[in-house]
Amino acid sequence: MTPNLHLWLIPVLPLVGAAINGLFGKRFSRQTVLAIALGFCGAAFVMALWIAAQFSSLTLPHVEWLASWIRAGDFQVDFAFYLDQLSLVMLLVVTGVGFLIHIYSVGYMWEEGGFYRFFAYLNLFMFFMLTLVLASNYLLMFIGWEGVGLASYLLIGFWFTKDSAASAGKKAFIVNRIGDFGFLIALFLMIKHFGSLNFVQVFRIVSGMPAEVTGSGLLTSIGLLLMVGAAGKSAQLPLYVWLPDAMEGPTPVSALIHAATMVTAGVYMVARSHLVFDRAPQALMVVAIVGTLTALFAATIGVCQTDIKKVLAYSTISQLGYMFMACGVAAYSAGIFHLMTHAFFKGLLFLAAGSVIHAVGGEQDMRRMGGLRRHIPWTFWTMTAATFAIAGFPPFAGFFSKDAILWKAYSSPYGSWVYWLIGVFTAFLTSFYMFRLWFLTFFGEYRGEAAAGRSDGHTQVIRDSRAGAPVPHAHNHGGIHESPNIMVIPLVILALLSICGGWVGSERFDKFLSPALHAGITAHSSEEAAATTPPPEQKEQGGSETLLTGISVLAAVSGLFLAWLLYHRRPQLPQEIAHALGAFYEAVVHKYYVDEIYAAVFVKPLIDGSTRILWHGIDRDVIDATLDNSAEGAREVSDAVRHMQSGNLRSYAGWIAAGAAVVIAYMIWMGTR
Amino acid sequence: MVPLSYYLVLSGILFACGVTGFLIKRNIITIFMSIELMLNGVNLSFVAFAAQWHALSGQVFVFFVMVVAAAESAVGLAIIIAVYRTRETLDVDRVNLLKL
Repeated sequence: MTPNLHLWLIPVLPLVGAAINGLFGKRFSRQTVLAIALGFCGAAFVMALWIAAQFSSLTLPHVEWLASWIRAGDFQVDFAFYLDQLSLVMLLVVTGVGFLIHIYSVGYMWEEGGFYRFFAYLNLFMFFMLTLVLASNYLLMFIGWEGVGLASYLLIGFWFTKDSAASAGKKAFIVNRIGDFGFLIALFLMIKHFGSLNFVQVFRIVSGMPAEVTGSGLLTSIGLLLMVGAAGKSAQLPLYVWLPDAMEGPTPVSALIHAATMVTAGVYMVARSHLVFDRAPQALMVVAIVGTLTALFAATIGVCQTDIKKVLAYSTISQLGYMFMACGVAAYSAGIFHLMTHAFFKGLLFLAAGSVIHAVGGEQDMRRMGGLRRHIPWTFWTMTAATFAIAGFPPFAGFFSKDAILWKAYSSPYGSWVYWLIGVFTAFLTSFYMFRLWFLTFFGEYRGEAAAGRSDGHTQVIRDSRAGAPVPHAHNHGGIHESPNIMVIPLVILALLSICGGWVGSERFDKFLSPALHAGITAHSSEEAAATTPPPEQKEQGGSETLLTGISVLAAVSGLFLAWLLYHRRPQLPQEIAHALGAFYEAVVHKYYVDEIYAAVFVKPLIDGSTRILWHGIDRDVIDATLDNSAEGAREVSDAVRHMQSGNLRSYAGWIAAGAAVVIAYMIWMGTR
Repeated sequence: MVPLSYYLVLSGILFACGVTGFLIKRNIITIFMSIELMLNGVNLSFVAFAAQWHALSGQVFVFFVMVVAAAESAVGLAIIIAVYRTRETLDVDRVNLLKL
């Protein structure tokens, strides 16, 4: 008998906060709004901690049945929550990082209009994300999946009076639809062939299948379709295009949704469905290839970006690629491990970037920053921790998780040295562009147009506080300044996590997650089991593991060195290199023209086709024309017929007589027939 | 005994006279009398059939028609007087305010 954990409270608490703030927040003071938002979000975090505290005494997986939702014959979907090691990790990451970002947002959004709206959306996001993480069946997961998309749309378009923000929100929503379509088809296939969407039942059916079904069309197509869904949500090739544009949202949103939590939902979903993927090696290979290519592709774009948030956005895509690479070589725990550490350091990077943007009054272009380390020491030191973490320097968190992924990519039975090689090269690029950001932002001379102590701070603040924000005096205290404590404290906590978060070690983490991630293995054929559990020969490869670790650290160090050389030591050198590379450099700066290609191949034909065929051709010429013409016809007939009503009594009498005559004639005709 | 068809032909002639008068006359009083003529044409056929088939209901129906006709003529004449007072004419072609 397991104790009643009241799991349902965890998602519902933020929902209550969102409802209160969303419905009545307009009349509340800012203090009330933030007390509600932080209170309910913090309560969810405390619940998660409470569950984590009694975790060891639970029998897992713990399923909490709440209510019946859909019943149709044998098919049944319930409101039920599912807790195992995997959901617990996600739960803690989402509530913990989410709570810290809530705190940070208080400082960051304090002067913005729509304060209540922001926190209502943020709490709404927490509700859907926690639903996604805790769901016990694919349909409930899909609800959360769609809901986080909605919250993401609302928050990207938070400054909806700005055209680019509004269209970025739409782009994110529409691109995600493509992925969701794949996800939905996968669900339909499961309903048709397994008759259930419940995790427990689906996985039992899948692992109960005979060995020769492995790699069958059904499982492969389910796996591939799930991957399409994951690629949409987690911004993988070819559906990644929405994430860089999503940076139009407020920076805490970028940190929470587009770095730490929502975009990792795809990774979580793949890890959750690992039993399906284990039995569909082709789908798994696609996951690995997509992840690897995305990691490399996004990293190369990140190298040339100048907007501080865009660099971090491409970096996020690249790191998500790492996670998919890990999942693709069946090293799910390594992927989830990286997910966790990434949530720490990428959340921190975004928050610190927000602090930088806050400090320089809304400027996001790194070319107009520089020398900030003396002005904003807290931001500098926390960001330094995050930068070293993402670059993979030991003993920072990113080193452990990235190293685990690279090692698995090489040593796993699904792995290959190609993945490893691209992974290491990407690690080098990651280190390079992150230190490029670091040097450009914090070192050298300040390159902004107005030096410290300027009085015209508002002209730039306006960029970051559209929507009629009341910013009367907030930025008048002179030039570049450190953020308030309420923003610095989350930075420090996340910095500590970025440093220590990896010390648990991937081995221990793997062991912790193994009940959730290797649950079905025992039911597999022995050959399959041998393939997925860590092979015994791994111990003999201890030497090569150390060697590979050394190489990846070397890659990180050389990235640091190159960035130092190019952006600190000899700042004119990048220009010359860019010049020398010519067309290739142009292509990278323009993000390989992917947006333009999509616009030409998909968007423009769609808009043209919709305009010419559907709008002009069908809507205007068929549907509208039918209605208009029938209305016009009715009007003309009525116009003719209305003259019958002349007011002339004798003509009425004549019509009556004529009508009577017709009736009589008809009756006579009927009678004599 | 006079054959039924004679009555019916007479009834038809009376009705046709009524209809014709209704359609061609302009004076409201004349039109009103034409209506009475049509009613009486119908009444004649009722009583003729009643006598032919020895059924009383036809006779009773005629009484009803006559009662209704009397009431109608009372109301109708009142309306005609009202029309004459306001319009100072009894020509139906000039009483056409109901026209669209």
